[in-house]
This record gives sequence, C-alpha cells and structure tokens, in this order.
Amino acid sequence: MTQQIVIDPVTRIEGHSKITIQLDDTGNVADARFHVTQYRGFEKICVGRPFYEMPALMGRICGICTISHMLASAQACEEVMSVRVMGTARRLREVVNYASLIQSHALSFFHLSSPDFLLGMDSDPAKRSIFGLMESNPEIARDGVRLRRFGQRIIELMAGKRIHPTWIVVGGVSERLSPETREEILGMIPEAYEILQRTLGWFKRTLEDYREEIRIFADFPSLFMGLVDEHDEKHEIYRGRIRIADVNGKVVAEFHRNRYQEFIGEAVEPWTYLKFPYYLPEGYPDGIYRVGPLARLNILDRLGTPMADQELVEFKDLNRLSSFHYHLARLIECLHAVERIEQYMADPAILGNRVRAVANANVDSGIGVTEAPRGTLIHHYTVDEQGLITGANLVVSTTHNNLAMNRGVLQTARRYVDGNKLTEGMLNRVEAVIRSFDPCLSCSTHAYDRLSLDVELRGPEGELLDEVLR
Amino acid sequence: MAVVRSRIKTLKIDGQDVGAHEDETILEVARENGIMIPTLCQLDGLSLVGACRLCLVEVVGWRNLVPACTTYVEEGMEVITNSERLQKYRRMIIELLFAEGNHVCAVCVSNGNCELQWKAQKLGMDHVRFTNQNPDRRVDMTHEHFVVDANRCILCTRCVRVCDEIEGAHTWDIFGRGENSTIISDFNLPWGESPTCSSCGKCVNVCPTGALVEKGKAAGEMIKRTEFLAYLTKMREVKK
Repeated sequence: MTQQIVIDPVTRIEGHSKITIQLDDTGNVADARFHVTQYRGFEKICVGRPFYEMPALMGRICGICTISHMLASAQACEEVMSVRVMGTARRLREVVNYASLIQSHALSFFHLSSPDFLLGMDSDPAKRSIFGLMESNPEIARDGVRLRRFGQRIIELMAGKRIHPTWIVVGGVSERLSPETREEILGMIPEAYEILQRTLGWFKRTLEDYREEIRIFADFPSLFMGLVDEHDEKHEIYRGRIRIADVNGKVVAEFHRNRYQEFIGEAVEPWTYLKFPYYLPEGYPDGIYRVGPLARLNILDRLGTPMADQELVEFKDLNRLSSFHYHLARLIECLHAVERIEQYMADPAILGNRVRAVANANVDSGIGVTEAPRGTLIHHYTVDEQGLITGANLVVSTTHNNLAMNRGVLQTARRYVDGNKLTEGMLNRVEAVIRSFDPCLSCSTHAYDRLSLDVELRGPEGELLDEVLR
Repeated sequence: MAVVRSRIKTLKIDGQDVGAHEDETILEVARENGIMIPTLCQLDGLSLVGACRLCLVEVVGWRNLVPACTTYVEEGMEVITNSERLQKYRRMIIELLFAEGNHVCAVCVSNGNCELQWKAQKLGMDHVRFTNQNPDRRVDMTHEHFVVDANRCILCTRCVRVCDEIEGAHTWDIFGRGENSTIISDFNLPWGESPTCSSCGKCVNVCPTGALVEKGKAAGEMIKRTEFLAYLTKMREVKK
C-alpha cells in the first residue's frame, strides 16, 4: 500500500510551505512536491494608487529583501516617467543593494543553513539552529551575526532604518550621503573582509564532507538566468540585460527587460500558490531554469572585482549544476559586494547632491528588473493618464526557481527517504535542498498565512498516511 | 475707538475656577488656562463646525456631551474635560475614523506627520475594534501639483472652510450623505479642471491627514504647514 509523508512546515526558510512525498507500494518515493501555502495579493492592492507610491508599498512585500522590491519598483516607475537615474543616485542605490545582498546572504548561510553543515544533517533538530551553533561554534555564529549586521548597518545609515526604509524614492533617493556616514561605512569594511575570508576557508574545506549531498541536492542540467552589466561582461545586480545561459555557460538568450514576456511564460498548478515560470521557447516544464547566486555566477566568466574573481576561478572547477553550491556562490557574491561597496564609497562622487529627479507619468507602462539576493526580480506596472496604477505583474525571484525546487525535492527524497523507515535526518535533507535555494515565500506569493514548511506521506490513492508538522 | 467689553462669566473647568468672556467657547477658555482638550476639525483662523466630536466634554447637570469648540461658556458651568467616559468615546471616535476610510499609515505619504495618527497615538488607540469598511474611494491626480485621495479623508471640512473663508474661492464642498459623503471640487469636476481653484495650496496645508497632498511625495515625506493661517488672519485684522 502506498503512503504520503508530509513535512509541514518546512523550517529555517523565509515564509510558509510544506513538502509532500508520495510513496509507492514498496515504500519507495514515487513523487515529491514543494507546496507554498500562503497567498497575499499585492498585485491587486496597488491598483488605483498613484504610481510614485509604489516603492514604499511594494517594499512591504518583504522585510528581508525590501530594498530589492523598492529598487525594482522604483525602476518600473522611472520607466513610467521616462527618467533614468544616473550618477550619484544610482551609485547610492547600488551600495544599498549590495548591503541588502550581504545581509540576506548572511542570514541564509549562517542563521538558516550553516547548522546543517556544522552540526550535521542528522543532528538533534532541537539544537540544529543558530542557537545550537552559538554553543558549539560561537566564533562562526558571531561571524554570521556580524556580517549580517554589516549589511543592515549600511542600510540603516544610508536609508534611515534597517527594515522598511523609505529612502529609495521614485526618481532617485530622498537624501544625499553625509561624509560621516561614508567614513563609518568605510571603517566597517576590513572586518567584513576578514569574516568572509575566514568563512570561505572553512566552508570550502567542509565541501569534501558533503560530496554526496552535492551530487543529490538538485543536481541536474537546467538553464540559468540573471542580469549582466549593460555595457560590460560582468556581474550586475542593479540594472542590466537579462541573460539566459545553458549548463556550459553558453548564452541561449539575452534580452532587454521590456521583452521578458517573450522569453518567460508562467504556468499554474492547483496544489500550490506559487506559479511556475519557464523559458518559453522550450515549453513547460522543459524550460526549467534557475536564478540566484548560483545562476549569476554560472552565466558569467567574471564578476569584475579582484578577490571575488579569484574565488570564481576556483568555483568554476566545481560541479556547478548542483544547487548545493548556491551556498558557496552566496559567499563569493558577498565578497564581491564588499569590494564593490568599498570601490563606490572611495569615489568622492558618492557625496554628490544631485540625487532625485522629478517627473510625472509620461508613458503608460514600465518594467523594472533587479537582482534580489535570491534571483531576478521583475516589477511591471501599467498606469492610466493621471498616473494611477491600473495593473501590476510581479515575477519574483523565488518563483523562477519553483520548477527546480520541485525537481530538487524529488531527487533528494528519492535518494534519502525510505518509506519503510522514516528518520528525521532524511526529512531534514529534503528541507535542506529547499534551503539551498534560500526561497522567500512571502515575496514569491506576494502572501500571508502560518509560518514555515510541513512534510506529508501519501498512499497511491492519495490518502494521508503520515505527516510531520512543526 | 470705544471697546465694547463683553460680560464676564465664571465657571469651573476640571475643578479649577476660571473667568471668561461670554463670547468665548469652552475650548478657548480651557486653552487659556492650560487645560488641553484634543481637537481635529478645529483650526485657529477658521470658522467652527464641531464636526469631529473629539473635543466632547461633560457639563455637570447636562444630559448630553457637548463639543468644547462650539459651546459657549455659561455662568456657573462645571465642565469636565478628561473623564474615563470621555477618553473611551474619544478613542472610539478615532477608531471609527480609521475603520471608515482606508488609512494605511505604513505606506502613507503623511506617515509621521499626520494629525489623525498623532491623535490615535495620544489617545492610546492600539488597534481598531470595528470592522474595516475598506470603501472603494476615488483618487484624483488631475491637478498639476496636488492630489486628493478620498481614502484618507475624515470629512473635517478644514479644506472647505479655508478655501471659502481665507482664499475666497470655495472650490471645495461636501457631496453625498452619511458614509457616502465625500469632498468634491466645484460641481464634482476633476480637480485639474476646476475653474475656481487658484492652486494656492491652502487646503493641502490645513488637511490633517494624507487626503490632500502634494504630488510626487514618497511615504512619510508630506509635511503640512499651517503657520500661514495665523499670519494671514493677523494681517487682515491689522488692515481693518
């Protein structure tokens, strides 16, 4: 008789979800799915509001990647105004965006995922958390907290507060950078480098212990999507061309953001609130692609800063199809982000006064695309003659990874889950594959509900046999 | 010029013996004596309407609560401005205002600079006990510089009064009844098409919430300036 295992909720991720694992008559895994159980509706809430209110409104989608949503939103609004933010304002936005990337990556790597690496996938779940880490590896826990603080402090200093600042406005930013803030930020940089070098050191050594997980954790060929610099062949998270590359890094498509609908389709399944974007020319579900840190490193040969580029050379020798390497990619991106922040802050032009452009709505739609910490983020608005929003379409980072996350869950469940003898460690590995993608589910469903991820075990007729609720 | 002095009345406010001219309201006398009564629709320099009911006070021996802003003093009156009952009603009034419109402070352009928000904080409103009505109200961005967002309007009529009494244009007025009441420009024309509006911005500056605002302001950026009103009133008195 067949069974279904439910992991509900999935823990140590951002948002609410569950995993169901379908077993066949012999207790082997037949299928596995990742369900997102929340729903929010920001695309509807914003209708009828003035376009220039969008960054603050859309920023509320998420408390972790507020900056990413505000930037994508502001860029879409600037398209509506036919204004392009350049010079100091653009640099200031980029610095805050890098700071946001660092704080989010630090949270994902240290707080959410490192307990799996340092305490073990099979360790006591009661201890397998940042608090357990504080007992067993206090220096590493401290590094995590300090690195996250580095990002959050920059956001606080520049944008006014850590969570939901309103400094990013349509047309630029609301206030220029003060020389004191610049000094304080420059003073924090050496510690950030130290933490990252230290962390890269121990984590790269640990990889050897996770050979098997690397082979199983969503390790399959897929396309990769991310932004690249508009003019140069380098890493870009603020604004750029959208590139889709294959497993070998060969560019399959590269296009302006305004054409995203020609390349990306969205499918819907009845069992989850999360849509399934796919690469249109390959159809659904073959057009599977991944976004985020791994994808951003896979579509390029250089990041554009010396230390990160050195790490990238080593990274390229790894099995870059495994989603396990999202973790290492995250650390390399953090290093790159610190280098960029240092470079931009060192330039006196960062203290410029011209930081905000003013204009009314001049065209009837706008598309803004940035790279959020977890991948490509698209905000697309339409407005009426007055500039009131008539429609919004958001394609959020985590959503792009939905097909890959589901396939990864199945691959991992097949390898580790034995329906005849369930252990907590098996199920933790199924959750860990989701964690490697660092999904942000409240963002992706633009949604609300209970916290976190559950696992269900179902029989062939679909009957619920067992479930793990947290 | 002979000064005609009005008669003096004596009364008690919160147990304090006070003297007042007969043409003074309870609110004025209370303020002169350092007793603060919360207000929202009242603004020095504009006529009084008693619309918001936030300044309700108790008068000993009177059956009904009365608005301090429109009730004139009487000899021997005993006024209570801050009883538990009044605090309860005032908080309820603020909650009803929040429930009736669409007030979302976190993303509002007036966040942090809003009289409604200040009053809610001051009167200890920690949540709204009434069901939010989530009305479908109009946002008009047709004016070149300003926006009217009826979602955030509390119908205090400050805009109507300042436009009529100070600017002399009378562009604004109230349309409809009950919960369907709304402010309109002229004969319900889009603001941008108003033949009477002089674009002076007085209505925007006296509006206590984010209902009348400057265009293009981001969340928390709209700061109202009401000082002009006292200045204008003073200068007109001097001219007389």
